[in-house]
Amino acid sequence: MTKSMKILRPAIMCFLVMTIVCGVIYTAAVTGIAQLIFPGQANGSIITVTLKDGTQKDYGSALIAQEFTSAEYMIGRPMGTTNLSPVSEEQKALVDERTDWLHTLDPDNTADIPMVLVTASGSGVDPNITPDAAEYQVARLARERGVSGDDVRAIISKYTTDRFLGIFGEPAVNVLKVNLALDGLL
Amino acid sequence: MEKKSINKSILGDSLRQSFAKLAPGIQVKNPVMLVVYIGAILTTALYVLSFAGIKDENGGYIIAIALILWFTVLFANFAEAIAEGRGRAQADTLRKARKDVKAKKLKSTNNMNDYNEVLSAQLKKGDIVIVWAGEQIPMDGEVIDGAASVDESAITGESAPVIRESGGDRSAVTGGTTLVSDWLVIEVTAEAGESFLDKMISMVEGASRKKTPNEIALQILLVTLTIIFLIVTATLLPFSSFASSQAGAGSAISITNVIALLVCLAPTTIGALLSSIGIAGMSRLNQANVLAMSGRAIEAAGDVDVLLLDKTGTITLGNRQASEFLPVNGVKEQDLADAAQLSSLADETAEGRSIVVLAKEKFGIRGRELSKMNASFIEFTAKTRMSGIDYQGIQIRKGAAEAVKAFVLDNSGEYPEECEQIVRRVAGAGGTPLVVAKNNQVLGVVYLKDIVKNGVKERFEDLRKMGIKTIMITGDNPMTAAAIAAEAGVDDFLAEATPEAKLELIRDYQSKGHLVAMTGDGTNDAPALAQADVAVAMNTGTQAAKEAGNMVDLDSSPTKLIDIVRIGKQLLMTRGALTTFSVANDVAKYFAIIPVLFFGIYPQLTALNFMGLTSSITAILSAIIYNALIIIALIPLALKGVKYRELPAGKLLKQNMLIYGLGGIAAPFIAIKGIDMLLTACGIM
Amino acid sequence: MNMIILQDIAYFVLLVGLSIPLGIYMYKVMDGQKVFLSRAVAPVENGIYKIMGVKGNEEMSAKKYALSALVFSAVGLFFVWLIQMLQGVLPFNPASIEGTSWHLAFNTAASFVSNTNWQAYSGEAGLSYLTQFLGLTVQNFVSAATGIAVLFALIRGFILRQKATIGSFWTDLTRITLYVLIPLSFVLALVLVSQGVVQTFAPYREVAMLESRAAQTIPLGPAASQIAIKQLGTNGGGFFGVNSAFPLENATTLSNLLECLSLLLIPAALCVSFGKAVKDSKQGKSIYIAMMILFVAALGITTISEQYRGPVFEGIVTSGSMEGKEVIHGIGASSLWATATTAVSNGSVNSMHDSFTPLGGMIPMFLMQLGEIVFGGVGSGLYGMIAFVLLTVFIAGLMVGRTPEYLGKKVEPYDMKMVCLIVLAPLMCTLLSTAAAVMVPEVDSWLTNSGAHGFSEILYAFSSMGNNNGSAFAGFNANTVFTNVVGGIIMLLARFIPMAAAIFLAGNMSKKKAVAVSEGTLSTTNTMFVGLLIGVILIVGALSFLPALALGPIADYFTMR
Repeated sequence: MTKSMKILRPAIMCFLVMTIVCGVIYTAAVTGIAQLIFPGQANGSIITVTLKDGTQKDYGSALIAQEFTSAEYMIGRPMGTTNLSPVSEEQKALVDERTDWLHTLDPDNTADIPMVLVTASGSGVDPNITPDAAEYQVARLARERGVSGDDVRAIISKYTTDRFLGIFGEPAVNVLKVNLALDGLL
Repeated sequence: MEKKSINKSILGDSLRQSFAKLAPGIQVKNPVMLVVYIGAILTTALYVLSFAGIKDENGGYIIAIALILWFTVLFANFAEAIAEGRGRAQADTLRKARKDVKAKKLKSTNNMNDYNEVLSAQLKKGDIVIVWAGEQIPMDGEVIDGAASVDESAITGESAPVIRESGGDRSAVTGGTTLVSDWLVIEVTAEAGESFLDKMISMVEGASRKKTPNEIALQILLVTLTIIFLIVTATLLPFSSFASSQAGAGSAISITNVIALLVCLAPTTIGALLSSIGIAGMSRLNQANVLAMSGRAIEAAGDVDVLLLDKTGTITLGNRQASEFLPVNGVKEQDLADAAQLSSLADETAEGRSIVVLAKEKFGIRGRELSKMNASFIEFTAKTRMSGIDYQGIQIRKGAAEAVKAFVLDNSGEYPEECEQIVRRVAGAGGTPLVVAKNNQVLGVVYLKDIVKNGVKERFEDLRKMGIKTIMITGDNPMTAAAIAAEAGVDDFLAEATPEAKLELIRDYQSKGHLVAMTGDGTNDAPALAQADVAVAMNTGTQAAKEAGNMVDLDSSPTKLIDIVRIGKQLLMTRGALTTFSVANDVAKYFAIIPVLFFGIYPQLTALNFMGLTSSITAILSAIIYNALIIIALIPLALKGVKYRELPAGKLLKQNMLIYGLGGIAAPFIAIKGIDMLLTACGIM
Repeated sequence: MNMIILQDIAYFVLLVGLSIPLGIYMYKVMDGQKVFLSRAVAPVENGIYKIMGVKGNEEMSAKKYALSALVFSAVGLFFVWLIQMLQGVLPFNPASIEGTSWHLAFNTAASFVSNTNWQAYSGEAGLSYLTQFLGLTVQNFVSAATGIAVLFALIRGFILRQKATIGSFWTDLTRITLYVLIPLSFVLALVLVSQGVVQTFAPYREVAMLESRAAQTIPLGPAASQIAIKQLGTNGGGFFGVNSAFPLENATTLSNLLECLSLLLIPAALCVSFGKAVKDSKQGKSIYIAMMILFVAALGITTISEQYRGPVFEGIVTSGSMEGKEVIHGIGASSLWATATTAVSNGSVNSMHDSFTPLGGMIPMFLMQLGEIVFGGVGSGLYGMIAFVLLTVFIAGLMVGRTPEYLGKKVEPYDMKMVCLIVLAPLMCTLLSTAAAVMVPEVDSWLTNSGAHGFSEILYAFSSMGNNNGSAFAGFNANTVFTNVVGGIIMLLARFIPMAAAIFLAGNMSKKKAVAVSEGTLSTTNTMFVGLLIGVILIVGALSFLPALALGPIADYFTMR
């Protein structure tokens, strides 16, 4: 065996073994167990609603935002990622544009708009808004839906998650779930 | 060696050398300063180009930068030249001693009057020469016959002549020294060009100075820093060009400014002074009359953490003194004193004399004419370990307990138990017991006391704080040794030391990771000297010892080891301190230059100019003027070495960090601001 | 802000608490001692050695160790390059994604082999399931294991005396993978799935949206298994394009906490292992503390900048700067992650760093530029840090009047050369490639932002690749021939020059005998030394990058409205 083969052979063999152990066996084992114990989560947390006629219908993933534009729906964060510097002129123009749009959607609301409603998220599909951003929309939703503000608040509170252990992360309201509930689907 | 301070001739010589060292061949050897050198050439070229209409910056500004850079290079050259200057002066003195003399080369050792006169330079190894009083010893050699006093002031600077004789440990002579009395037959052991004097000249001159490992390692670090800054400043050209196009203002920074920035940031302070520090360290060692055979040995001296010190001369005064007569039962003290005095009358050793003195003080016993008593004196030998006197059929012996015991028993006498007890007690108290016997009767014991030198205990305490262990080496028995060791405060001792035991001890410590230093002079010390990490041979010692060691102490002083360690540590500390200072300086220089450098592109960056420097021109000029002047300002420190105290590592570090680290950050802020104000006052904007 | 501080403190408590037992465990594994998994794993381990044709207890010279690591990585590089270009014709490709360009494939291969995991591709749009699990997941494991292996080789260099060897690369690689990485990843992956991170081979799901009834594609794949090791192994290459900002990659506050803990867990634990291995826990502790201080300081600046230095818009509630951040993470968890992912050479993100405030974005950039040593990559971070320790020891050691030594080994010219290579390589790669990039004529067209922030995008990209981090100012269009090729090369250089230097340093240290410790020895465990170490790191980093940062984020800060 030549000297270079003395290194190359174990290198190739090692690579093959590792590919099988870490690539195939490990991935297959995790997938198998995940599909067995957590099939819903492992497949994208799809919200499936059983309609009144008994048919089942998918309404998207609980974790992926959908775009809402009409006043009767809770508005989520602007879709898409911009990667703009928050202090740039371009960003200011976009924020102004979003602010104007929110004002046309609800001209009566003169309160300051919560930051998350005019800034894009990192994923571009942030399914959540902050509780104050939800609260900002309560009056409009109640008016559009013809229900009381407290009814809307009850729904919001139902689909609000708190910090983990009261410490980690931030409270969040799931926009899709709130809207499904407003539509009576959840 | 004469201790010469920096006098005018050295200064003048160094100034000339500063310009001579501008030769590219010399500059290439110091990579950090080479960058400044090239920068100076480039800016000078840019200045010339400015006449051709290719304007990188204002012509006056470019030439100012160029001139300051040239001065920076000259200052660095000057620092090195002045450090070498002291050595050159010493070398000149030594060269005078190395003049060629006519040597009397013997045809055979039998006839001392049958010789040829040859030039000393033509002597070969193994040649036999004779030297008479008043003549100069032509070449290094080993005395094979005769004894004489020799004036070695040419190399040691010590005017008192020393004894050189055949056999024993004082047999080595050095070429260039002069006989004061008598004659010597010498076997030549070195040839022209490789004699001790030649080695000495090249060492003090720095001609054979090789970079030490630590110096090389530091050089690697400095070169790396320089490469980093080269890249940092070079990339600023495209960065600033891009930034100005993005901002739509200003322009790319000029090449002149890039060069100025590079020179400011490169570790020029330590780069300029590094070789001076090494040379000056060697020079300090020479001034202590120690000659290192390599620079590596000085560095090792800084690392040494075990010192093997000879008891006699280092820890105790050279001589033991009689302090008490301790008779055994029945014997009168005066009889013991009388016998002891008798046996010591002809004893020329210090111990012998001290017995005579004590006998006189205590009992008024006077000196007696030995010749009238028909007495014969028995000399002390290492084999018998006794001395004494035979007269009128009476034998008096004094000496080591074991030896006298054997003597008494041989004469069918008795060795009393009480004597054993006294011997043990004396030894236990750190004294040396000398048993005195008359024929087959033991009279008693003379208590010889070792006198521990003043202040050694404190000295060893200091060394201990620095993490250096002291080990006392003595021929005494373990009990005596233990008592003296305790009194002197050494960490450990080696009693009944033989050359083999010494070698073993050194190996043992080294295997535990210690670095060991020792001094030695005898031929039988040679193996231990060769094994030790720092081995100082006495100049009075044998050729073998000198060759085995890596340093020679021209004063042959046993306490020199401690000085050598100090010089080694000081050298390393100076190197570290100036490196720290140099790098710390960069922080302030950055704050001076960066904000003003990009002022044209982003005017808002002036917010960072909290030093309030007037303009980019004054800021950059101030920084590089400071950069040049600091070299000159630090030359004395590089030559003298930083302040040295015997402190634990933690405290030393704290002190030096405070002075050279924090000081290194603060100093340029103040100085650059000052120079900037001065330039502004001069109307430079 | 109080909630954020509380969250950070709780995070550190968890991190330190978990890193100590894990560190001890890893030391035992790499020392060849019996651990609780031995009974189950040892037969597998021995089987693997048999297949590879090596002996488990082989002793390698530095040269052989280095060659083994390099050749092994080269095999991986070649394979990942190939599988991407051929993915169009290979199975497990439900979305029918075509093979990638040669340069993108090269960049991605170099990226994953070098533990950088820079993403010039978007996972869900550019790579097949097969490429992800057979190519990338495997490299996630082995590139991490290689880094840890080399760290332990270096540690052996310090503890062995007058030996010429530093252990076996194959044994180190195998043990760290089997005993540490796979078990940890397995547990983490399943917890992540429980939170909603996807793990399936099923094709992407089409759903109709509630309001518009328009179709929406939900991307799926075997993600959790890869994400677990991506976080644990300081890899950072997301299964999806926007990485852990994507809800299907990081679904809840709990999943975020676990992923964020995993970021720092192994690099932090290795400090503990280091102390154990050199039989002086204080040595590991002092490095751990130095890293922690730098980390906490960085976290403080980022968080404060994001919380208080964000833009102020008229008619908008002024809160922290939420552009590019997810609601569930907010300012606190986003700043914590951004700091952690760049302190560690992970590079995964849960928010868009490009949209951070000028100073908030500068800190992650600067952490990378320090050379990825504030925890840094698994293994590589600590051996990089040890290079800085040696640098500090060298200067400080001289000041106490001795030639420098660390852990009883003298630092000599050869060692200094290796140390300088470790420090110099990433730095040179970063600055030179950034300079090359800004000279490309069409560079403007790669940027999303303009002005100083535009320069920041370029500087961030090459700092990230040049230090094997992998995160990005994502506004920078990375998929160009220039960036793919130059970036690929610097990722390899910045990874393997220091790695080889660390191995040869280990070999040289191993040959030396140990020097005894005394009062005169410079302590490398006291407060003073920790302070000096931090000083040296900051000064080297600042001196190298301050001018560039002045033209990027610092100018951005001073020019912002």
